[in-house]
Amino acid sequence: MNLASLSATQIRERVNRGEITAEAVTRASLERIESLDVKLGAFLRRCDESALAAARDVDLQVAGGARPALAGVPIAVKDVLCTRGVTTTCASRILEHYVPAHDATAVARLRKAGAVVVGKTNMDEFAMGSSNENSAFGPVRNPWDTGRVPGGSSGGSATAVAARMTPVSLGTDTGGSVRQPASLCGVVGLKPTYGRISRFGLIAFASSLDQIGTFSLTVRDCAAVLGVMAGEDARDMTAAPIPVPDYESLLGGGVKGLRIGVPREYFGAGLAPEVGDSVRAALGTLTALGAELREVSLPHTEFAIPTYYIVANAEASSNLARFDGVRYGLRAPGAGDLEEMYRATRSAGFGAEVKRRIMLGTFVLAAGYYDAYYLKALQVRRLIRRDFEQAFEQVDLLAGPTAPETAFPLGAKSDDPLAMYLSDIYTATANLAGLPAISVPCGLGSGNLPIGLQLVAPHFEEPRLLRAAQALEEAIGWAQWRPALAGAA
Amino acid sequence: MGISVDEVRRVAALAKLELDSAETSRFAAQLSSILDYIERLRRVDTTGVDPATASAAGETRLRPDTTAEGLAPAAALANAPQAAAGHFCVPRVIG
Repeated sequence: MNLASLSATQIRERVNRGEITAEAVTRASLERIESLDVKLGAFLRRCDESALAAARDVDLQVAGGARPALAGVPIAVKDVLCTRGVTTTCASRILEHYVPAHDATAVARLRKAGAVVVGKTNMDEFAMGSSNENSAFGPVRNPWDTGRVPGGSSGGSATAVAARMTPVSLGTDTGGSVRQPASLCGVVGLKPTYGRISRFGLIAFASSLDQIGTFSLTVRDCAAVLGVMAGEDARDMTAAPIPVPDYESLLGGGVKGLRIGVPREYFGAGLAPEVGDSVRAALGTLTALGAELREVSLPHTEFAIPTYYIVANAEASSNLARFDGVRYGLRAPGAGDLEEMYRATRSAGFGAEVKRRIMLGTFVLAAGYYDAYYLKALQVRRLIRRDFEQAFEQVDLLAGPTAPETAFPLGAKSDDPLAMYLSDIYTATANLAGLPAISVPCGLGSGNLPIGLQLVAPHFEEPRLLRAAQALEEAIGWAQWRPALAGAA
Repeated sequence: MGISVDEVRRVAALAKLELDSAETSRFAAQLSSILDYIERLRRVDTTGVDPATASAAGETRLRPDTTAEGLAPAAALANAPQAAAGHFCVPRVIG
């Protein structure tokens, strides 16, 4: 049996039935990372020893009669999520040697459910980017074409799943950082409702937008991992005290009778024709499965990116003020006084994109500009939320492209921040409105590069989102699409 | 709206960043083009619109204000670049 071809839920069943051991599955995942990742750069570090120890512990639990919800499932964790005793860098020089004292709540819950953290994944520095080229430790390469980017900022986690190094992985999504790389790498990427999963231990970029999300090859795996992580947490008051449904048991309902809205603004200028064609074909599939399509309008879509970049970077400039060389992280040597130490440390520790965003965020919050930029953006954010509220009065879900194009070559947008920012044009609105959204593969375009379709649901309607995604999975069969680099199944 | 080199220097000082002259002029050009793009927000009529300050679906809750076990001092200091006698050490503060 090829252990690397099993889904997370298949691993769970077989480990719990005693057919395979968590240790063997973990070893297979670590070996695959060892052999493939030299070409991809998806991992910043592997956790061989702690992973094998955790796997053996799961095997003991199972031998003792326990049936953990994710028994023996290898998982890769984006390096923005704190892992106790394991260096957590945010792909930044400023945190190169930071070793957290805690696990993020999401990570702790996964471990408790029998999942095995096999490594920490590469990302754009502090989750700022759409290509993974902003990592201080080198770019990640797309397994479908190693000359191209995997998307970002969770590019390492998307790549880990696309190359079958782990069946599932964690990312974070502030403006599209799970969904856009999922689209570019041909995997399933979920951003849950804001407040569905605790952000404790997620090193903050933009606190009102950040949400932990998942990558997987199947919708069932996505449901299983979401169910383990979701729910309130005394250490994050924004984690909502709303009961967590059994997402897996709610799968399988199909889309018959679902009203699916297609925002006309998502098919305008800037959308690559092959992406539009592929997404329209998938919408046709949804109709054939019994869904009813309706054109809807989200009139403030064209203002999403400027609103997002003001709100996100204002919050970032405040959140990243904590990196000052005092309590953790880098301290630049030789400074004569405290102020000089702050400046020298931050200037040496942050990369160009992070500095650019701190500058933009500081500018829009500065006296004299606050009302014109920050306050204005918060008002437009309200209008964007209203667009969705109005659309959801008429439809149950929204559907459209995830990203405007397929994976682009490394370096293609490095010198043009604005062009890079437009990669998030269809995804950032869900963060601004706090809505759950998922990207699923819907086709392969020129160069055999994956194309993604995005579904968006009202707050806390993940079951509906997953049900529609699974109907597409059954009709499209994307789990059979493998990058050549990943080898045969 | 353009942002001048002087303005970039002022913002960098607020953000506690030190930029060399090449970075300063590059940021002036890049931030100007980003701000030009952001200017399109002025076209939106936001008269009387409440700012949306958080995206949580419900109301903001507060944690009960009770004492609980926190990080032990040694764990809190474990990542400090410089620590002594249970304290974080920093360079001279007063000139």
